[in-house]
Amino acid sequence: MPSWCKASWSEAVSLAELQSDFIDSLRTPSAAAPESLATPGGMRPNRRFNVYRNNVVVSLIEALRSSFPVVERLVGEEFFKATARAYIDHEPPRSPLMFQYGETFGNFLDAFPPAASVPYLGDVARLEFARLNAYHAQDRVPIAITHLSTLPPEQLGEAEFQLHPSLTLLSSRWPVFSLWAASSEQQSAQDVNLDTGEDVIVIRPEYNVDVRCLPSGGYSFLKALQDGASLGDAAGQASEATENFNLAHHLEGLFGLGAVCAVELRNSKQ
Amino acid sequence: MDTPAKTSSAIPPRAGVGLKAAHYSPIQEQRPDIGWFEVHAENYMGAGGPPHRYLEAIRRDYPLSLHGVGLSIGADKPLDRDHLTRLKRLNERYQPGLFSEHLAWSTHDDFFFNDLLPVPYTQEALTRCADHIDQVQETLGRQMLLENPSTYVTFEDSSMSEIEFLRSLSERTGCGLLLDVNNVFVSATNHGYSPEDYLDAFPIERVGEIHLGGHARDQDDAGAPLLIDAHDRAVADPVWTLYARTIGRSGDLPTLIEWDNELPSWQDLFAEAQAADAILVQSQLERSRVAR
Ligand SMILES: [Fe+2]
Repeated sequence: MPSWCKASWSEAVSLAELQSDFIDSLRTPSAAAPESLATPGGMRPNRRFNVYRNNVVVSLIEALRSSFPVVERLVGEEFFKATARAYIDHEPPRSPLMFQYGETFGNFLDAFPPAASVPYLGDVARLEFARLNAYHAQDRVPIAITHLSTLPPEQLGEAEFQLHPSLTLLSSRWPVFSLWAASSEQQSAQDVNLDTGEDVIVIRPEYNVDVRCLPSGGYSFLKALQDGASLGDAAGQASEATENFNLAHHLEGLFGLGAVCAVELRNSKQ
Repeated sequence: MDTPAKTSSAIPPRAGVGLKAAHYSPIQEQRPDIGWFEVHAENYMGAGGPPHRYLEAIRRDYPLSLHGVGLSIGADKPLDRDHLTRLKRLNERYQPGLFSEHLAWSTHDDFFFNDLLPVPYTQEALTRCADHIDQVQETLGRQMLLENPSTYVTFEDSSMSEIEFLRSLSERTGCGLLLDVNNVFVSATNHGYSPEDYLDAFPIERVGEIHLGGHARDQDDAGAPLLIDAHDRAVADPVWTLYARTIGRSGDLPTLIEWDNELPSWQDLFAEAQAADAILVQSQLERSRVAR
């Protein structure tokens, strides 16, 4: 294309350019409305343009508020809004599925200096996101613990568990379950003793999302199963990590939550 | 897998409402006598869980319309193929009587801005939108409806009117139009033209659905009224009047009450739908009187 071509077209801005400029102005709160806009009454339509800027930010803050209500309760509405604004700026959504937005909110909170005095906030956010994930996860029917008695006893140690698609495990150095439970029941999280960590399982076998605190050894046992270890290996790892690991007790809890969907024997998959 | 579609897919020419999770229970308990429901497609794009269970139950009893809010038809960049695939799957699963999207864009550089941003009415944008609509209709194997937007700004480069733009798109692609009467009132107020003139010039024979919703009031840079398409309150009186005028011209059309923020009780939302049905009935009577 001859170079003078561009000059003769200079009046019309390409759609690509127009949209780039629009977004640049949209993402810069102090910027004036883009040049491509008409100027009613000869005025740059800054207030008009600001409606879009505002719609984007407010709708995303609302999306985060509805996904992270306990984080909001822990820090208060004003602080939450300011934090959400910073997160949106740092990491705008990449998908139109709003229930998936905020996957990295916990990590953001971990490193967000103004929230440094609330060091457990990131873990609470991860717990809330796990709940949201569980809510929208694939449905699958769990099996009962009685299924184990149909397997040849000498092969039980080789059994591998397929866990429910909605399941998330969290290990926190903070009492994340107690903090979440206290705040989600409108109680104060201030009475929670911050000295001990808690491990949590989040799962939705049916309609309701279950959040439970795992007993000692539960996390390493379930994490091993989740990573594909056999029942024997997972129990072995948990016994090493925890004194008096009671396998029967943990299996009962696990199946009771509806967390197991299939059991396979390593050699003869069934 | 059992198919949830026990009720006919066709959307009847009467009032329906936007389905909200907060109203699942009252709807299941009361089974209200309402024509149909519309859902935002994106809210049902998870793999499973309660949203699908509720929607399947409701789909068994009512016709359903699928309304996309995230496809970004007006973007310069290509459509998101994953998103199109998700729409296709939803369309197959729920067999909605109508599928609609907006004349707007919301994506740029891999980011999603969660708002309906305005499209310049240029030849280039027209071509791009037409290509995108072709792609949607081909992928879904069905006609789509395209909705007129609420806008707060216009572009220097626009070389045709919004109506010309919509009409050309509909003629080129064969898509139908979704006429949002509240959006007409909002845009007409914001840009200082007559909503009646706009509605009278609208290619009404291409309209397959009407939207009605509430708007908020603000001011522009010169202190003039600026209406915001907020969907956070009841339909305003002048919008009801414009609605009656529209169906006087078009005849009965499926009419949706949109209420997405500051949600009302189910009863109050249902009352809005009944108000629309009452206007539809009145319009039928007036037309039959004229015909006689
Ligand atoms: Fe609409």
